[in-house]
Amino acid sequence: MMQNVLLAIVLAPLVAALLAGLAGRLIGRAGAHSVTILGVATSFVLSLWVFKAQVWGGAPTFNEPVYTWLVTDGIRMQIGFLIDHLTVLMMVVVTFVSLMVHIYTIGYMHDDDGYQRFFAYISLFTFAMLTLVMSNNFLQLFFGWEAVGVVSYLLIGFWFKRPTAIFANLKAFLVNRVGDFGFLLGIAGVVYFTGSLDYQTAFHFAPLIAASHFTLFEGQTWNAMSVICICLFIGAMGKSAQVPLHVWLPDSMEGPTPISALIHAATMVTAGIFMVARMSPLFELSPTALSFVIVIGATTALFMGFLGIVNNDIKRVVAYSTLSQLGYMTVALGASAYGAGIFHLMTHAFFKALLFLAAGSVIIAMHHEQDMRRMGGLRKHLPITYWTSLIGALALIGFPGFSGFFSKDALIEAVAGSHIPGARYAEFCVTAGVYITALYTFRMIFMTFHGEERMDAHTREHLHESPWVVTVPLVLLAIPSVAIGWLTVGPVLFGDFFHGAIIVHPANDVLHEMAGEFHGPLSFTLRAFTGLPIYLAAAGVASAWFLYLKRPDIPATLRLRLAPLYRVLDNKYGFDWVNENVIASGSRSLGRLFFRVGDQFLIDGALVNGSARTVGWLAAVTRHVQSGYLYHYAFAMIIGLSALLAYMLLGH
Amino acid sequence: MSTIYHWPLLSLLTWLPVGGGVLVMLVGDSRASLARWLALALALAAFGLSVPLYLGFDAGSAALQFQEHASWVPSLHADYHLGVDGIALPLIMLTTFSTVLVLIAGWTVIEKRPSQYFAAFLIMEGLMVGVFSAADALLFYVFWEAMLIPMFIIIGIWGGARRVYATIKFFLYTFLGSVLMLVALIYLYLKAGSYDLDSFYKLPLTLHEQMLIFLAFFAAFAVKVPMVPVHTWLPDAHVEAPTGGSVILAAIMLKMGGYGFLRFSLPITPDASRELDWLVIGLSLLAVVYIGLVALAQTDMKKLIAYSSIAHMGFVTLGCFVGFEIVAMTGSSQGATLGLSGAMVQMISHGLVSGALFLCVGVLYDRLHTREIGAYGGVINTMPVFGAFMVLFAMANAGLPGTSGFVGEFLVVLASFRANFWYAFLAATTLILGAAYTLWLVKRVVFGEVANEGVAGLKDLNGREALVLGILAVAVLALGVYPKPLTDVMEPTLQHLVQLMSVSKA
Repeated sequence: MMQNVLLAIVLAPLVAALLAGLAGRLIGRAGAHSVTILGVATSFVLSLWVFKAQVWGGAPTFNEPVYTWLVTDGIRMQIGFLIDHLTVLMMVVVTFVSLMVHIYTIGYMHDDDGYQRFFAYISLFTFAMLTLVMSNNFLQLFFGWEAVGVVSYLLIGFWFKRPTAIFANLKAFLVNRVGDFGFLLGIAGVVYFTGSLDYQTAFHFAPLIAASHFTLFEGQTWNAMSVICICLFIGAMGKSAQVPLHVWLPDSMEGPTPISALIHAATMVTAGIFMVARMSPLFELSPTALSFVIVIGATTALFMGFLGIVNNDIKRVVAYSTLSQLGYMTVALGASAYGAGIFHLMTHAFFKALLFLAAGSVIIAMHHEQDMRRMGGLRKHLPITYWTSLIGALALIGFPGFSGFFSKDALIEAVAGSHIPGARYAEFCVTAGVYITALYTFRMIFMTFHGEERMDAHTREHLHESPWVVTVPLVLLAIPSVAIGWLTVGPVLFGDFFHGAIIVHPANDVLHEMAGEFHGPLSFTLRAFTGLPIYLAAAGVASAWFLYLKRPDIPATLRLRLAPLYRVLDNKYGFDWVNENVIASGSRSLGRLFFRVGDQFLIDGALVNGSARTVGWLAAVTRHVQSGYLYHYAFAMIIGLSALLAYMLLGH
Repeated sequence: MSTIYHWPLLSLLTWLPVGGGVLVMLVGDSRASLARWLALALALAAFGLSVPLYLGFDAGSAALQFQEHASWVPSLHADYHLGVDGIALPLIMLTTFSTVLVLIAGWTVIEKRPSQYFAAFLIMEGLMVGVFSAADALLFYVFWEAMLIPMFIIIGIWGGARRVYATIKFFLYTFLGSVLMLVALIYLYLKAGSYDLDSFYKLPLTLHEQMLIFLAFFAAFAVKVPMVPVHTWLPDAHVEAPTGGSVILAAIMLKMGGYGFLRFSLPITPDASRELDWLVIGLSLLAVVYIGLVALAQTDMKKLIAYSSIAHMGFVTLGCFVGFEIVAMTGSSQGATLGLSGAMVQMISHGLVSGALFLCVGVLYDRLHTREIGAYGGVINTMPVFGAFMVLFAMANAGLPGTSGFVGEFLVVLASFRANFWYAFLAATTLILGAAYTLWLVKRVVFGEVANEGVAGLKDLNGREALVLGILAVAVLALGVYPKPLTDVMEPTLQHLVQLMSVSKA
């Protein structure tokens, strides 16, 4: 029974995707969106059912294979499901956001020629993401992992005529492949030590891995668990866009906005966070890896936030915000507060999807203008979009009582309680990040919805609120953005929600310590007023108000005064420059060099054609021996005869 | 139905296409349509006959099955001895399968001497099946050399402008290697008193003897795979070959090298293989990294795919030899079978994927008569169905999980990790390099605005082209999602091979 339900959850979006993709012309536009929405809605409803059965019904953890992929050398590689509280949470979040995005897409992609194709892709994505989160083994995890990457590739390049889009999708895929490269090595390491791809076996043998060592370089031994976990985390760095593998995410905004919300904010980019949480029994055994995780996460959280301040493209600001928030989640993982990371993942999925979809609604109203310098004063024209955006923004900056407040505050507190090397740096980054978050978020709100209307007259005349298919998902996402934190902070974060799904070493268990001081959401909210973050957030909003509404001349002056700093931020710290001019172009040049020198000059030039030439030359030389002149032959005979005679006489 | 298993299936699979090829040639170019249909019927019959081979195969056994044994050259103790095991069976299936597709793909495209074209492919099919099913070394050698002739003719007659250079290079390269192999085979015959492969397996040989024999084999097989640095014949041959020739070259001919390592080098000279494994592993990793970079630099689509083939075949040779290092590092042969499985799956998958990519290039070439990447751009605007296929096969070439391209690479990386972290590290760079050269190609050819009038006038796939690519797409996906039917038939044979590899003969 359970297995069939789970199969239906995974396969419904796949079947829908195939129908919309292969028979798109046949079933038409309405057919395509109906069938895919039906598919995802089925998954969502069934996921809710499974959630209920697990969380309230007390159903035991489901861990069963579906089929055997292959068996070789005693390793049985299987496809199967692991359904526990971590999984059901992810399933509900993924299918809910996906369903909202499907509905929204009807409005957003209304005039697009690739309507059916788009629905096929997002349904296919939902299938891939569900495969990933529901897996009970590394193989299927990797399947889903790469499959979401491919769909992301297809969707970023959805408008394949745009040079920027097809540059961005190639970049996204390749950068992700760098992460997958690490991920694959991590998986190979797990198989090496445990002889199995199943989570359960791997976790069972975790202490054995932690007690083993590798010699990577002569004379240097590394703890096996650290090597494996860092390799796995490199995979997470690609998918969850952590520095320095973050470069693809801002460019991914070349894709249509609904997928920015679904894939590049709410679901796919959180796959890395989910994966590390899932692997908590492994990561807990390697303090080195956890330190690595926390430092990378903290760097991403703060330094990507800065970039949100200088960008003027509304989608890119939200994208940098996503990077920064993913950094927050990663920091939580590094602090062993996996629950806090997942909790922030969940709240973020709602409010960030909301912000993206709202940005999309603005973009529709602005006739595909994304530059905030040509917006302003949209509040009056787009009331629903404005209010929902405001809710999303408040949730993002951690306004007391809103969902993001609970997850972010708890996260910061957890980091403060962590003693892992790098935790103090992380604590500084995430705390300072609160100010930065509030600053860029409200800069965006003010520049877009408040102040003078800076668009041209034509656009202004045609401004109007989006249709209901767009606004309804906004409202439906706004509700959890406000309420989900208040409702779930107790059980999910401080209760025993993840029992068994996440393993934390008792010495690292900061959340457990914090749980002792938790007395309901209200007291948690009130207690926040004694802490720093809430005032930092307020200061951020105030700064944004002062700089972008009250005295808009100051940012311009600052930009001139701080020109070198501004240039660093404007160039995004130079990552793109290095990637394009050193790594990408270096590889191409190296390839050309190898081809010309190795293949063409040495092998073909010297060896192959060289030996051919040598044979030809030898033939030309020996040809002279047979000249056809009798006296040449007679002469040769005399020389030969005398040599023979000399040999016979002198030889004895 | 069960009686079909008692038929001399292997002989039928060898001689039906060869004889049929002669018949097709006799039909002649004046009755081209008849010749085509006859050829297709014969190829389908051969494929049909290879199905009971799979169904009747005892997957629990490592022994040669469907054996046929008859005296052939009594004075040389050479027998007409055929049989298949888990290594040969998938390759024979791949041969009969690809031949059908190649014939359909060349249907009306080939206007010059069509009946001879179809005949050449049929004859080649039979000879290739002969190579894979021969259990007698001399018989093997005869098929091995004979097989070169139809390919030589295919490139030489239906090839491109520099076909003469390419055919001579192809022929000399492969022939040079093969002659050395013949010397080794004769030596083994003199020691063993028979050409039977089994007698070679049982023959004790000193390490010195093994080394010389190994190197002689290596010359033949390394050229065929091809391995760096004896690979430069392949890009030239591919570029000049007609589409069908490229497909067979990539899908089957290259597999002869990998097959040779599995059938000859590893079991006949296990100690030398162990001694010289560093050479093979080093060259394999070089193929992945160096050739991966060289592929990036290509401006000709066929050359790019040819280089990609070399990089992918690096996984085959790596998987074959990494077992020795695993034993050396861990003291256990656990993982050696994993590498061999990976090598085998990689061979089959590469046959499907690179074949499909060459067909895709052929589709474009038939329309615009150029293979230059720069001459295309935005093809998907005018050929959406083609674009979808191209992206799918490109992803398979980049080793995407869910396609066959992933399976072999995954298994080989898992195995390599057991031997040495850095082997796995270098092998896994294919994840990045393979994606880079393949998807960059896709970006330049398939995506973007319509680049020029030629592209603007392109017509999407016709039914015949869509059929061929569709069948391959199904095969690539099926093998990626469910490779077990393939690996199951190989497993006992490969485990048996690991035993032969682990026992010293010196």
